[in-house]
Amino acid sequence: MGSLLKKRGWIIGFILAAILFPFVSQNEYFLHILTLAFIWMIAVYGLNLLAGYTGYLSLAHAGFFAIGAYTLGLLTVKAGLNYWIALVLACFLTSAIGAVVGLVALRTREHFFAIYTLCVGYIIYLVIDKWDSLTGGVRGLIGIPAPTSVGPISFQTPLSQYYLILFFLLFTVLVMYRIIHSLTGRTFIAIRNSEDLAQTIGISTMKNKLLVFVISTFFAGLAGALYASFIRFIGPDIGYITIIFDLLTYLLVGGIGTLAGPIVGTFLIVTVSQSLQFLQDYRMLIFGPLLTLLIIFYPRGIVGAYHDWRMKSLAKKKQQLNRKQTYVHTQSTETEKKIKEG
Amino acid sequence: MLIETKKLTKTFGGLVAVNEVDFTIEKGKINAIIGPNGAGKSTFFNLLSGSYSPTSGRIFYKGKDITKLPPNKIARLGVARTFQTTNLFEQSTVLDNVIVGHRLRTESNLLDAVLRTKRFKREEEKCRDKAMEVLDFVGLTHVRDQLAVSITQEEKKRVAFALALATDPEIVFLDEPTAGINPGETEGLADLMEKMVEQQITVCLIEHKMKMIMALADKIMVLNYGEKIAEGTAEEIMNNQAVIEAYLGGDASA
Ligand SMILES: Nc1ncnc2c1ncn2[C@@H]1O[C@H](COP(=O)(O)OP(=O)(O)O)[C@@H](O)[C@H]1O
Ligand SMILES: [Mg+2]
Repeated sequence: MGSLLKKRGWIIGFILAAILFPFVSQNEYFLHILTLAFIWMIAVYGLNLLAGYTGYLSLAHAGFFAIGAYTLGLLTVKAGLNYWIALVLACFLTSAIGAVVGLVALRTREHFFAIYTLCVGYIIYLVIDKWDSLTGGVRGLIGIPAPTSVGPISFQTPLSQYYLILFFLLFTVLVMYRIIHSLTGRTFIAIRNSEDLAQTIGISTMKNKLLVFVISTFFAGLAGALYASFIRFIGPDIGYITIIFDLLTYLLVGGIGTLAGPIVGTFLIVTVSQSLQFLQDYRMLIFGPLLTLLIIFYPRGIVGAYHDWRMKSLAKKKQQLNRKQTYVHTQSTETEKKIKEG
Repeated sequence: MLIETKKLTKTFGGLVAVNEVDFTIEKGKINAIIGPNGAGKSTFFNLLSGSYSPTSGRIFYKGKDITKLPPNKIARLGVARTFQTTNLFEQSTVLDNVIVGHRLRTESNLLDAVLRTKRFKREEEKCRDKAMEVLDFVGLTHVRDQLAVSITQEEKKRVAFALALATDPEIVFLDEPTAGINPGETEGLADLMEKMVEQQITVCLIEHKMKMIMALADKIMVLNYGEKIAEGTAEEIMNNQAVIEAYLGGDASA
């Protein structure tokens, strides 16, 4: 129970910090960077449920991100659809394509799954890049509208967009939290642990893996759609391989298979790489080795390392407590003996 | 008769791992399968639990043909198993490892989880209660909240039993449940198996420890090179010429 409260503690802390940040700093540039980070976090959460909790590392998720972005872009710019309807359709179209891809991809495992999805991701990129008449090809898609007003609330200013995207992020965290802390989440974790064992305790692995794949592409699509309406210009490069490796880096640094990992990792890398911008692409010279070391020594990232550390210190405390108790116990038996002897 | 196999066969390439085995498992008894390493015992289990599909032959469970069913459906019918190597999720507590075992008796889905419906709450509770109950049954209540990584080998075996029991089975298949465990602890696990039978759960186990199996099993089948060479009570098996021959070459006490 205590750990549950603490788990909620960091979430509440994060919400407060995120809500209060614009009151502390009016810097529009920071606001922009943070909003963008929130969008990545949503995508990373989707990836985390699949790769972290179910054990299927998908490298197609930049592609699904791009599908979400382009669907929203095309539906609003070319079809002139209402923003919110387009947003919903973008999420559902992405997960529908996810379902089709998943049906095939999930018949493979481990490296083969990673390689297969890498290819799928690249194909999605190529389709976007080459299908000039629909997507605008390398020129990209411009003039994507900002979210339309909901009643009296308009989303034209950076600040309102910041809060809107924060809202979607919190929605994502809530959904993830509830999935992970449920029988459904336990089912996914059982599949990650051992598919053979999962099957013999009555779990339909294919059905559940497909479900995770669809949820995870849903959030990739949501992130993509939000990105499109936030940046308001998209090109094929948002579906490129580098994006999925960015997302993976965020996830690995923060902690794969942890609930706080996507927030911690994304925030850290985005802010640090902002402050190292003067190094340009040489940043990777620093990130590469650091990431390697982190994965070797802390395979479950910063959050995982923190959990382990807490577990150890808790166990130590317990041991000390036990020792004290046995000490008291032996003392009392000794005195008993003395009394008897006396 | 709970389970019956008819000419059950499994080949891997040219290798015949299980060869036309006819076998029956009786309800409420302890059934054992013995045989030298590589005799096809684990493969036989994998066929019964649906993890492998047979090359030929049939499997009946309570008279129903389950030959083509996938393992998760077979589990739902009341067939549980443990593996030769115990694979627990080490970073979770013992209790958390076992809760998911009752998942197959629940209906709640993703929407229930996200919306935290009444059904969700009821079934979460139900699975937790079931896990507590089976952990109590296998005698692990005291390590319930410890991480699986921190418990002993014997306790891990018991967790594997608990996970199988959490599925509400009518029969459990135990693949070498006492491998790598000392004699004193082996006795404890044997007692546990007898306790399962008392609870109307049929047990079928693969075992190497002859002394234990002769004392424990109501019925024994001996496999050698994938073929059934004998079947019967402990006494019948011990006096069976084919069994003595098969074991003379090997190690009778292993
Ligand atoms: N998945 C598999 N693929 C190929 N050969 C296998 C497979 N599983 C088992 N075998 C072979 O089948 C034979 C029987 O193995 P197994 O059933 O594990 O024996 P036991 O459990 O009696 O020691 C062995 O020769 C083994 O190498
Ligand atoms: Mg074996």
